[in-house]
Amino acid sequence: MKVRAQIAMVLNLDKCIGCHTCSVTCKNVWTSRKGMEYAWFNNVETKPGIGYPKDWENQERWHSGWVRKPNGKLVPKQGGRLAVLAKLFSNPHMPQIDDYYEPFTFDYENLQTAPELPTAPVARPISLVSGRTMDKVEWGPNWEEILGGEFSKRSADYNFEAVQKDIYGQFENTFMMYLPRLCEHCLNPTCVASCPSGSIYKREEDGIVLIDQDKCRGWRMCVSGCPYKKIYYNWTSGKAEKCTFCYPRIEAGLPTVCSETCVGRIRYLGVLLYDADRIGEAAATENPHDLYQAQLDVFLDPHDPDVQRQALADGVPAEWIESAKHSPTYKMAVEWKIAFPLHPEYRTLPMVWYVPPLSPIQAHANAGAIDSTDHGLPDVDSLRIPVRYLANLLTAGNEAPVTGALKRMLAMRAWFRARQLGQPQDPAMLAAVGLDEATAEAMHRYLAIANYEDRFVIPTAHREEAENAYQLRGGCGFTFGNGCDGIDAKAGLFGGKMGRRKMIPIRMIDDDT
Amino acid sequence: MTLSPAWNQFLFGIYPYLCLTVLLLGSLIRYDREPYSWKSDSSQILRAKTLRWGSNLFHYGILVVVLGHFAGFLIPEWAIGWLLSPGQHQWLAMVAGGLAGLVAIIGLSLLIGRRLGDPRVRRNSRRWDIAIVLMLWFQLLLGLATVPMSAQHMDGATFEVLSRYVQGIVYFHGGGAALLQGVPWVYQLHILLGFSIFLVSPFTRMVHIWSGMASVAYLFRPYQLVRTRKRMVRP
Repeated sequence: MKVRAQIAMVLNLDKCIGCHTCSVTCKNVWTSRKGMEYAWFNNVETKPGIGYPKDWENQERWHSGWVRKPNGKLVPKQGGRLAVLAKLFSNPHMPQIDDYYEPFTFDYENLQTAPELPTAPVARPISLVSGRTMDKVEWGPNWEEILGGEFSKRSADYNFEAVQKDIYGQFENTFMMYLPRLCEHCLNPTCVASCPSGSIYKREEDGIVLIDQDKCRGWRMCVSGCPYKKIYYNWTSGKAEKCTFCYPRIEAGLPTVCSETCVGRIRYLGVLLYDADRIGEAAATENPHDLYQAQLDVFLDPHDPDVQRQALADGVPAEWIESAKHSPTYKMAVEWKIAFPLHPEYRTLPMVWYVPPLSPIQAHANAGAIDSTDHGLPDVDSLRIPVRYLANLLTAGNEAPVTGALKRMLAMRAWFRARQLGQPQDPAMLAAVGLDEATAEAMHRYLAIANYEDRFVIPTAHREEAENAYQLRGGCGFTFGNGCDGIDAKAGLFGGKMGRRKMIPIRMIDDDT
Repeated sequence: MTLSPAWNQFLFGIYPYLCLTVLLLGSLIRYDREPYSWKSDSSQILRAKTLRWGSNLFHYGILVVVLGHFAGFLIPEWAIGWLLSPGQHQWLAMVAGGLAGLVAIIGLSLLIGRRLGDPRVRRNSRRWDIAIVLMLWFQLLLGLATVPMSAQHMDGATFEVLSRYVQGIVYFHGGGAALLQGVPWVYQLHILLGFSIFLVSPFTRMVHIWSGMASVAYLFRPYQLVRTRKRMVRP
């Protein structure tokens, strides 16, 4: 057992209203730069839909994530090491910018300078890539917002696998949900495995996956390696960039920007302890249906004294173990089993998990024509969103865990509805779905009330282990930009600590083209 | 092309060392001081289709050409002499180099067409991006032009002179410049332009070649990389 800690995220899709505040605040902080206009470290997709970039979930098209070979070994789907190197000159599985969308602005100047015309002047779109006027904006970051476009196109959605999708194109049967997406900060990331220059790494302390901007050579294999398409190639700087999990905030004990600004309070951040020795075995689980359970088995119980002892021995700070005991993500994913990984079949062991959304009861159900299970709870099969669709999204098609989660959420709601209306509460209803009163109370507190201090339990980083504070004390004075060479400065080419910008992996560059 | 001995000595005796010094020192300084600028600068995301043929043909072709130059000129006589006569050696170099060079120049022509003709790529090209592809294109053309020239004298004599010149540069024998006096101008221009490409490389995207070589290390590393911020504290 080798215990490591990770700050993991859970998103409660049941409460996501699709307002895109997370995307916009994230963009303002991280990607409002030339070359990154098209990049959304966080985006919100309307499902069903093909998503952003187009059809990203279809790995027959993009060849991303891992595949399990017959001998039980995992290889990136785009190829082993030699195959990756052979594709350096032209990566056949990398999306072109049009697969995201061609970034554009508008010719606002024309509104000011147009001569008197019989018609109102218009601001035509201008491509930020070519600088030319675009006849038509063909696609955008959220083109399918609220089921925009025809069903025939949206229904190419990969999650319709094994679902009789035609009836969902009818107005009466249509359904919709939001899926906010960011980097999954996987335990077994394919981007890291695909990088020929070794610039992508996972941080041991908090599990955040980062790209060393000084070491990235722009080989682009990470873009095609990541099955979530959450690595973006900056076409101005020539470097790959990705969601940083707002690590400067996380280190200070603050939630990520997307979590902090979420108006629906759907995001949760907390420590998960996991056994690093079991990652390979779990990711190589034979049956994709078992991958969800296999990943759960990698997580360790922070209340277990053996785990605590080993965690301390492996260098996990004591207050991180303490935080893990109060971690909302541990409660939702492991204790209550209402949160699931996104597409575990990619075998990356993602660490951003999702609570599946409940959905309205279908109309004919309301009319009394449906079965309801014991204790007056509606059957989850009468919910508008097909369970199989959610299972394809969250458990590689295994419906049982999703059904269980939806039932527990329905029971918790029914329990509190009864209390609110002054009706008798039936503990047997909770017991039937594997809940007790205390758990239902806790679920209500975390899911419905969702106080800030319950949602975000983030221990601060131990900077004293990382840096020599002697150099940070502000005694450096005037320098010529080569930093203040402290006592542990490594020798650079000209002596001293130069040309190393390890502390800030994303560097702004000015428009220099 | 006949040059005065002084010019000949400068261009083929001294200039190559200037170029190689700038290449090595320039690359080292850039790697150390400006690691963020060290990249392949791919424009594949802007237009993938034309890149696929162009880039693959060019890169695989040029790899064979460059490795062929190293192997052909630097393998000492005693190591290859028992296997190939100078004439056979020249013949092999002409055929292999000619074919690979042809593949590379076709690829590079596609890439130049894309870089200048595609508005997306054109607008996002730095001046050096265009200059370096044009330099490479002329270099390939000159290299290919030596093939029919060599075909006129299949005895391997010129090939041997060039080989001795290159080895003289690499092994610091000195006096090699005199060997090139009277060698046809195509060869001379090919050598000059070649060293000039070395000269400008550290200031262009050509530095990615070093990283391309270094990426062979990828074959031997574990898939997953974990870093820690903890300082290595000596007990």
